[in-house]
Amino acid sequence: MNWQVQKGLKYTRTHEWVRLEGDLATVGITDYAQDMLKDIVYVELPEVGRLAQAGESLAVLESVKAVSDLYAPVDGEVVEVNEALLEQPELLNQDPYGEAWVVKMKVAPGYENPDLLDEEAYAVLLEEEVKE
Amino acid sequence: MAELKKTPLFERHRALKAALAEYGGWIMPIQYEGIIAEVRQTRQKAALFDVSHMGEFLVEGAGAAAFLQEVLTNDISALYDGRIIYSPLCYPHGGTVDDILVYRCGAERYLVVVNAANTAKDYEWLSERAKPGMSLRDISAETALLALQGPNSLAVLQALGRAPLEQLRYYHFLPEVELAGIKCLVSRTGYTGEDGFEIFCPAGKAEALWGALLEAGELRHLGLVPAGLGARDVLRLEAGLPLYGHELSESISPLEAGLERFISFKKGPFIGREALLQQMEAGLSRRLCGLILLERGVIREGYPVSDGEKEIGVVSSGTYSPTLNRSIGMAFLATGEAVPGRAVQVVIRDRAHRAQVVTLPFYRRESK
Repeated sequence: MNWQVQKGLKYTRTHEWVRLEGDLATVGITDYAQDMLKDIVYVELPEVGRLAQAGESLAVLESVKAVSDLYAPVDGEVVEVNEALLEQPELLNQDPYGEAWVVKMKVAPGYENPDLLDEEAYAVLLEEEVKE
Repeated sequence: MAELKKTPLFERHRALKAALAEYGGWIMPIQYEGIIAEVRQTRQKAALFDVSHMGEFLVEGAGAAAFLQEVLTNDISALYDGRIIYSPLCYPHGGTVDDILVYRCGAERYLVVVNAANTAKDYEWLSERAKPGMSLRDISAETALLALQGPNSLAVLQALGRAPLEQLRYYHFLPEVELAGIKCLVSRTGYTGEDGFEIFCPAGKAEALWGALLEAGELRHLGLVPAGLGARDVLRLEAGLPLYGHELSESISPLEAGLERFISFKKGPFIGREALLQQMEAGLSRRLCGLILLERGVIREGYPVSDGEKEIGVVSSGTYSPTLNRSIGMAFLATGEAVPGRAVQVVIRDRAHRAQVVTLPFYRRESK
């Protein structure tokens, strides 16, 4: 398996990562997701202030061939979007866990998503994907 | 679903870690390093595509020429040995069965190259109309087809053989060329808008030929890379070339797709002639044209096109173009709207995006 999985992050089954710091959730796509999409050429970002529930499409990522959604990993409000991705969508391929974070959300009070995976569980999920 | 077919190069694609996907009943390489890199390499150096999924038929016999004149919209009477012609194949109602290439190997022997997804349909369509004194043979399974495309293509082939390929003109072929000791049919054709060649060889020799071509490219520093169907689709779109199932189909006539120069009304009767003539006289209700997106986003097949108030057409193919660094597409627009320069809107996820109608192609290589 050649995809990077970072420690200390939580993951979704739809290949988003989320860094939880207090009530702030920073969200991006995983190394696996960018490698499957390849050549990301366009990103559509949500408006700051948008309220979303976990599982809702928040952003749209487009590669040369495919259109793909980024889903909210938590309930909450969008407080910041990474506008650098509008000019340089290729950052998502180059640095998915770093410079190419996509949105920051303020997590709804008391909300916790029980379906988020830790890095080990996500690594197991990727191994299963490879077998298929 | 029936099991997907594999080309003779399937194991090569796996070894190269290509992203594979289904296309027209085949499991095919979509990309290797990435579509953008493969498109750039084709435009600047050279790329090698496995297009063995394409179908090949041999039409032979005294009745072969008359048969082809009847099923094709284009006129083959001016063909000579070694010359190739492009032609739609129409239904009586004017819709399109397929768009194909016809290679004249002899006055009574023609090689026909058809779209992969249409191979079975075309074979049935043609065999039902076959004449006495001719034979139709599907040689797809025993034939591999490689497309070598890009400005360095000629140099790659010259490293592998001594055939006079430099003199081979566009839409011409040599029936017997030895490349790395393998007997091939080589034509100066392609689907990318670049100079290039398509090379037919026996399926059993495909792996050896593929390897020899890539090795020659590397030894001579010609920048040859394998490229997949993803890059091929972008390249053909940039070159404004139609793809069956998008710009042509049973419900789209070649006139609507802007292919009138491949329809000969003068040659005599052919299937679809009356319907096409009627379309010409009545005037077409829609026409294929090019679109460029004037803001960020990517045009995709199926997106509606509007004039700001009402829908005036629909996108048939769209992509991000690495060569133009913007999104491009082809769309069928109501005839009065299909005017180059016109400002239109492409509706992407319910939001109107500014676009402009342009003449095809989007990209034309500089002639030497």
